[in-house]
Amino acid sequence: MRYKKWYGSIGKILIFLLFVFLSVIVILPLLWMLLSSVKENTAFLTDPWGIPITFRIENYAYALKYGVGRYFLNSLIVTVVSVALIVFFSALAAYAASRFQFKGRNVVFLFIIGGMMISPEVSLVSLFKLLHSLKLYNTHMGLIITYCVFQFSFTVLLFRSYMLSLPRSVEESAMLDGCSVWKTFWYIVVPMCKPILASGALFATMHVWNEYMFATVFIESDSLKTIPVGLVTLQAALKTNYPVLISGLVISAAVVIIAFLVFQKQFIRGLSQGSIKG
Amino acid sequence: MKAYKNKKIIILFLAPVVIGLAVFVYYPLIQTIIGSLFEWVSYSPDRKWVGLENYITIFTDKDFGRILFNNIAYAVISVICQVCLAMVLAACLEEIFMRRFQNFFRTVLFLPSLISMSVIALLWKCIFNPNTGLLNTFLVNALGIENPPIWMGDATLAIFCCIFISQWQYVGYCMLLDLIGIQKIPQELYEAAIIDGAGSVKKFFYITLPMGKESMLVTAIITVIGSFKIFTEIQVLTGGGPGKASEVLATAMYKSAFEMDKMGEASAYAFIIFAITMVLSLVQMKLSKTGEESDV
Repeated sequence: MRYKKWYGSIGKILIFLLFVFLSVIVILPLLWMLLSSVKENTAFLTDPWGIPITFRIENYAYALKYGVGRYFLNSLIVTVVSVALIVFFSALAAYAASRFQFKGRNVVFLFIIGGMMISPEVSLVSLFKLLHSLKLYNTHMGLIITYCVFQFSFTVLLFRSYMLSLPRSVEESAMLDGCSVWKTFWYIVVPMCKPILASGALFATMHVWNEYMFATVFIESDSLKTIPVGLVTLQAALKTNYPVLISGLVISAAVVIIAFLVFQKQFIRGLSQGSIKG
Repeated sequence: MKAYKNKKIIILFLAPVVIGLAVFVYYPLIQTIIGSLFEWVSYSPDRKWVGLENYITIFTDKDFGRILFNNIAYAVISVICQVCLAMVLAACLEEIFMRRFQNFFRTVLFLPSLISMSVIALLWKCIFNPNTGLLNTFLVNALGIENPPIWMGDATLAIFCCIFISQWQYVGYCMLLDLIGIQKIPQELYEAAIIDGAGSVKKFFYITLPMGKESMLVTAIITVIGSFKIFTEIQVLTGGGPGKASEVLATAMYKSAFEMDKMGEASAYAFIIFAITMVLSLVQMKLSKTGEESDV
């Protein structure tokens, strides 16, 4: 018995050490990124492990000047518009699919969620051609539309199952009192669905903000690029001035990490509602 | 309700999503399938019918085996780390002695998954740099290794470096999802097990694992699907190189389309990715009964 107890606490210590080890592997690169971003290029190249002696905050100014500011703004525009459209149109469709009675309802629903089986990679080449012919190539609009359509299926599915679980009595009495379908949707259904709309918005934001493939293929002008693509361009342009590039990486990473730390509770709740792997 | 049968409103509410999907998801898919049977270039309307020749070119390419191997290696290692290891880690964090630290470790391990893949890739590119990188300077100066590996410049190691970075980014995310899953298991089951004298290991194998079996299976399939679509990591880290050593299906497609302007061959690659992911998606949908249950 005593042996077992001793054995058990060794196990506990090992598990604890394992987590410390994993945390170091995760934190070290991120910390290194933060420290390197204020280093001088020579210090960065000769002594990557050293603590920065000079504190060159100018690296950030350079990074912003070299385009990171512009890329950031582009990402913001594309993400805000895409997420708003994704949530709004998905909520409309999910409402129709969960409440309305019409012929072919199941067919329409299968059509919508069937989109989940078609991955963006599969459509890349044809979409490139299609956006060209619609004059949407190299525009934010084109990027926004493609982000929306590939997020619709999952978001509609997520919203619909939540709406099915809501009681209908409130909507029905509102309608008996003469409320129009639109008003019922906007003033009754949407407020009741707020938590799931937030989760849907969360998944859409994470996806759109980080997306690389469409952004690199469908956008050509440097002034229209989003952050994930812009930083890769910057890497090629800066060649060996690493600290400036790394400042750009820090700016991009810091925003999401701070947003996460602030909204952590809502974030975890959102994940648990959607529980899906990216 | 009468209002719920109004055809105009039904059409109005469904139109944006249905039309969007029809034009930008389904139509391009059909175009991909048709396009894979022709030989064509991006800026010319002329197409030459070649039947299955594009597929034959791909399947007989000497590098195709390598490409498939890379995708499969990605899938296998990702399943081991992101499904199995993540589950074990989640169960460890739920142990009573770890509860105090749970929040900290959970948050730390989760952080990488928030950052863009391309940012992560650029960061690790600096770390893996053979001469000035964090890793090799450590190996040379601290451990005294004279000829450290050149990592992503090495034909055998390149793909495994990419795979490692992917795991670095996502294990914490998967662990968090598993943790949420474990916390949904009724606590009484564990209490009863403890009364019956079950230890941590037994609790894991007799309660956690059986209860989480189905969701693990679904996660495993989603992980495998993701591995066959992998693009950003490879494109930014190695661009498929050195040579074609770390090429995967999606980067091969990208090269055919946008570097060699062989749109027919690129479409054929796209269709191969589609065929693989479609079969896996159907299995996953069947398992998770999509549309009936609340979780995906």
